[in-house]
Amino acid sequence: MKAIRLFGLFSRISILNEMQYRANFFLQLFQSGLTLATGLIVLGVVFSYTETLGGWNHAELLAIYGVFYLMGGFMGTIVIPNMWAFMEDVREGRLDFTLTKPEDAQLLISVRQFAVWRLVEVILGVIVLAVAITQIGLQASWWLAFAFLATLVMGGVMLYSIILMASTLAFWFVRVWELMEMLQSIYQAGRWPVGIYPDWLRIGLTYLIPVAFAVTVPAEALTGRLTPTLLAATFVFTVAVAFLARKIWFFGLKFYSGASA
Amino acid sequence: MSTAAPSAQPGRTSLRDWIDMYVVAGRQAVMEALQYRAANVMFMVHVLIEPVIYLVVWSTVANTQGGQIGGYTAAQFAGYYIIWTLVRQFNLTLGPYNFNWRIKEGRLAAELLRPVHPIQTDLGFYLGYKIPQTLYWLPMGVLLWFLFKPEINAQLWQILAFPLALMFAFFVRFTFMWLLGLVCFWTEKIDALFELYFTLELLFSGRLVPLEVMPAWAQSVAAFLPFQWTFYFPIEVLLGRVQPAEFGWGFLIQVGWVVGGYALVMFVWKHAIKRFTAVGS
Repeated sequence: MKAIRLFGLFSRISILNEMQYRANFFLQLFQSGLTLATGLIVLGVVFSYTETLGGWNHAELLAIYGVFYLMGGFMGTIVIPNMWAFMEDVREGRLDFTLTKPEDAQLLISVRQFAVWRLVEVILGVIVLAVAITQIGLQASWWLAFAFLATLVMGGVMLYSIILMASTLAFWFVRVWELMEMLQSIYQAGRWPVGIYPDWLRIGLTYLIPVAFAVTVPAEALTGRLTPTLLAATFVFTVAVAFLARKIWFFGLKFYSGASA
Repeated sequence: MSTAAPSAQPGRTSLRDWIDMYVVAGRQAVMEALQYRAANVMFMVHVLIEPVIYLVVWSTVANTQGGQIGGYTAAQFAGYYIIWTLVRQFNLTLGPYNFNWRIKEGRLAAELLRPVHPIQTDLGFYLGYKIPQTLYWLPMGVLLWFLFKPEINAQLWQILAFPLALMFAFFVRFTFMWLLGLVCFWTEKIDALFELYFTLELLFSGRLVPLEVMPAWAQSVAAFLPFQWTFYFPIEVLLGRVQPAEFGWGFLIQVGWVVGGYALVMFVWKHAIKRFTAVGS
């Protein structure tokens, strides 16, 4: 509960801050529109040659792209800006101020930033998804809606945990932005169904950097491919990754020596 | 080559001086690249992921369509995107965002005091950069080769012609990035313009998809833009899909874009530099 209140408070501050620069909204809209259009053009070129890719038809591939875009927007709005700020704090020694606050430090560093304009991507992703869903024409059901939302949330938690683990490395190696860049480019693999990748890459995209769980699994839920077993497995894996991330966070914290003191 | 040194006396410079200058700038790049080895490896992974995704998608499409599309077999797509990684290493150049930083931080003021044009030191730096870049590329190239088993039908002359096309791919990209960077002298609101430029490059250079696989309209648009000479052309040469006459024409067009682009850079520079007010020391 406290977590939600803190998140609300910090995002309100961020939003108020960003509202001073409203032109940035149009800039973001333009940039997000460009990447969306590029992605759709590529899908269009692929569709001009083939009916299915890895067993997914046009509408279903669009659904994957929608989930991919939506998740990317979520990371860009909350996860990435917070992690950048955190890494900056470690570098500059400002993390001291966070650690002395009477709240859980992992929670604090995860909710301080809110890049409100990036929500544009979330909205665009929802629109793409809506188009895809109407094209798929699947019978709506409670199970479907539940499975989709549940896998979406779990995918978000997993991505957050992985990126947190990578950021935690900042305690040892101050310069980790290349690692973040690398993770973000690996995420790009998620715009296609992971089933098309060769084994070594698919396994990496499933267990090492869970793009498969974050994008393909929610899309599977949406297209009625998700089995209850896979849903349960996703849940177990999410809890495991989140737990591991927290362990590593505490472990890393021990190595933080501060710079201001 | 004219020395358009803006602030110093354009005294006599011999060819030796030029070579010395390039060597010094280049050595700096090598040192810098070797300093951050882990960072470089991560950067390579970051660079490699992109073509691997394209490669897998298009090989899969080719395989579902009876083995080939747009004149490429699955193994040729593998070849295309493996050569892509080398071309990408080579045409890496100074990003236009760098100019904003240069101007804001007052770096440019110091650079203008040197007796050579800043474009020359940049060129030297990035030419030197090619050495460690190629070294970092080699193991990755071999790895990709074994993972994806490409089909490359280059004849001897195409293998010999490739370095030429590769170098000029870099020159074309270097020149136009510099030109784009000069916009920073007029405005700081550059993000939208640069993003648009990079999107066009992505679509019309063959970076995303071989141009022959793109729809016809895209190919006609690409003919009027410099982008395909920075990715598509050198890749196609080494892939063995370019005839001698086509290579000759292609190379001439590359030279044409470099000369035209360089002239434009010099022209715009003359106006840009007048707007510059030094910040810092």
